[in-house]
Amino acid sequence: MCLSEVKKGQRVSIVAISDANIRTQFIRFGISEGSLIKCLEKIPFGPLMILHHRQEIAVGQEVAKNILVNGEC
Amino acid sequence: MLTMKAHDNRHSHGPHSEQRLTQGSKKIVLVGNPNVGKSVFFGYLTGIYTDVSNYPGTTVEIARGNWREHTILDTPGIYGVSSFNDEEMVARDIILDADIILNIVDSTHLERDLFLTQQLIDMGKPVVVALNFFDEVEKSGISIDVNLLHELLGVDVIPTTAIAQKGVDQVSRALLETRPGRQNPELHSRLHQMLATVGSQAEALMILEGDTYVAERHGVLALDERDDIYIDRRNRVNDILQHVVCDNRPESSFRHLLGRAVVNPISGVPILFAVLYAMYKIIGVWVAGDIVGITEETIMQGRYEPWIRSVVSGTVSPESVIGQILIGDFGLLTMTITYLLGLLLPLVLGFYLILAILEDSGYLPRLATLVDRLMTTVGLNGRAVIPIILGFGCVQLGTITTRLLATNREKSIATVLLNFAIPCSAQIGVIAGMLAALGGKMMALYIAIIFTVLAVAGTILNKTIPGKSSALLIDLPPMRLPRIENVARKTLTRSFFFMREAYPWFFLGSFIVALLQVSGGLTVWQKLLTPLTEGWLQIPKEAATAFVMGLVRRDFGAAGLTELAMSPMQVVTSLIVITLFVPCIASLMILFKERGSREALMVWAGSWVAAFMVGGIFSQIMI
Repeated sequence: MCLSEVKKGQRVSIVAISDANIRTQFIRFGISEGSLIKCLEKIPFGPLMILHHRQEIAVGQEVAKNILVNGEC
Repeated sequence: MLTMKAHDNRHSHGPHSEQRLTQGSKKIVLVGNPNVGKSVFFGYLTGIYTDVSNYPGTTVEIARGNWREHTILDTPGIYGVSSFNDEEMVARDIILDADIILNIVDSTHLERDLFLTQQLIDMGKPVVVALNFFDEVEKSGISIDVNLLHELLGVDVIPTTAIAQKGVDQVSRALLETRPGRQNPELHSRLHQMLATVGSQAEALMILEGDTYVAERHGVLALDERDDIYIDRRNRVNDILQHVVCDNRPESSFRHLLGRAVVNPISGVPILFAVLYAMYKIIGVWVAGDIVGITEETIMQGRYEPWIRSVVSGTVSPESVIGQILIGDFGLLTMTITYLLGLLLPLVLGFYLILAILEDSGYLPRLATLVDRLMTTVGLNGRAVIPIILGFGCVQLGTITTRLLATNREKSIATVLLNFAIPCSAQIGVIAGMLAALGGKMMALYIAIIFTVLAVAGTILNKTIPGKSSALLIDLPPMRLPRIENVARKTLTRSFFFMREAYPWFFLGSFIVALLQVSGGLTVWQKLLTPLTEGWLQIPKEAATAFVMGLVRRDFGAAGLTELAMSPMQVVTSLIVITLFVPCIASLMILFKERGSREALMVWAGSWVAAFMVGGIFSQIMI
């Protein structure tokens, strides 16, 4: 599924990031394919707040749609 | 997988690896992620004599100063060296040109920041790493093995708390004795071939990482190894972190809870309203009322203006053309100076103070997250909340801050909204006063109409301006209590640079208005507007005077309305018109400078139309 569909509190792993620029920005944040993340907050129809290790990142809807994640893990 | 061992190849680089800087001036460049305290280091090294200028061809500001015989250059905060946006391109070019790099990292955020550090090391530049905010690390229960980090990176690593001046002496000592760090050995061999072609390791790396701009300069094609290189680098950094950082912090603390509460709409929206209310109390009531009352009325109009009038009228007759331009109602030495120092300066200081507090506390990026959804309907993303907030202070302040938006499309939309429908603080004071006298219903009506105009204008712009706006992707630094020194420093430097940028436009604007007044142009204009006011808007014709004044200063415009006898609906009509009406002449000048003449003229002409159209329709329905 897409990162945009992840629910608050869910932990997922990144499977693929289709957009090259977004992929690069995520790698810089320390997130690449295989990384485990947790959804901390989700604003309805809006951005997600994700946690990766100790870092919190806000991801807009349009960005999240480009990111394929793997459900429960 | 890379193996990281404590012993390294630092000494195998040969005699060139240690660069003594005993002679010759070097370019030392400060590099770091956003908000890691670069400016504090910059201030410490260069003192107060710094020169800030736009990087050629961009609106990105670069600070330059001197330390001993060396030049210190600051760069915009970046997460990596490449060409995603203006800031990165500017930083990239300065870094490519650097002799020595002082890389400042947030020790509480090593995962994020060391990626840039490793990239700088991979570029082959001599680097000194300052582990800033080290006091927070010590307090928080993370431990960082600084010696091991130094060995693994192969460069000097110094724990600092720059704001308390801790460790900064060691940093400046280390800068005199820098060395390139340990590069990824695999990457090193890949670089080899490109190095032979372009002659610089840093530029070779950029080309390997697919930087088309750098490739073009060397007449070669950019390679597409970015993903590979980045992932390798990421793994290397993760490996280093595993060895160096031991994190014993409890999972959930007050900070984290607060950090989430401000983003969650259920708690976040009430918190936002509380913040806005506090801002209104501080800026709207205290600064715009009490402080400006002293600075503008008591000091400037009460003391300064009579003094300058008496000085000037000694040599120039106040009735002459020159006399009127210098010390008349719109005089360059009277109204302009009063406005700049008595009204604008306190407001700008107040707004930048609030901004610095919101920024340093970590609230601002969370606010951007909270309002992101709302902003996307008008083609902006959450970050645009910053220029919009500043726009309530002064439209010029907001317009200049649109620079931080990623695409030109977003800059245009934000600028138009600011200049159209956001009343500046000077105006808000007068408007709020007039509406308060009419009661809550009228105030709600006014707010609803202005909001509708904002939403409609934004939606239309979003539909008509071609291209795509960028989506939100920002890191959320931990919530922390802002440091007074840092907040004060940011507030003062930003206010200084803003005032320096804005004052010539004020003088030019006032000069134009003074000329209009002297030549009788103002009266003509006033007469031209009468059919619009009495016929279409159904308000007294004297309101035309207020609109003309609104061209000069928006609060003059609003203040001019207070003296007219009008029914409540007439008041609301005239306030709608004056809010949507053209930006003041100083803002217009900044608009021209930032957005070019075509866009500026469109905004200016558009706000005439919008103001009278919306006001007129309202009046035709309600009166």
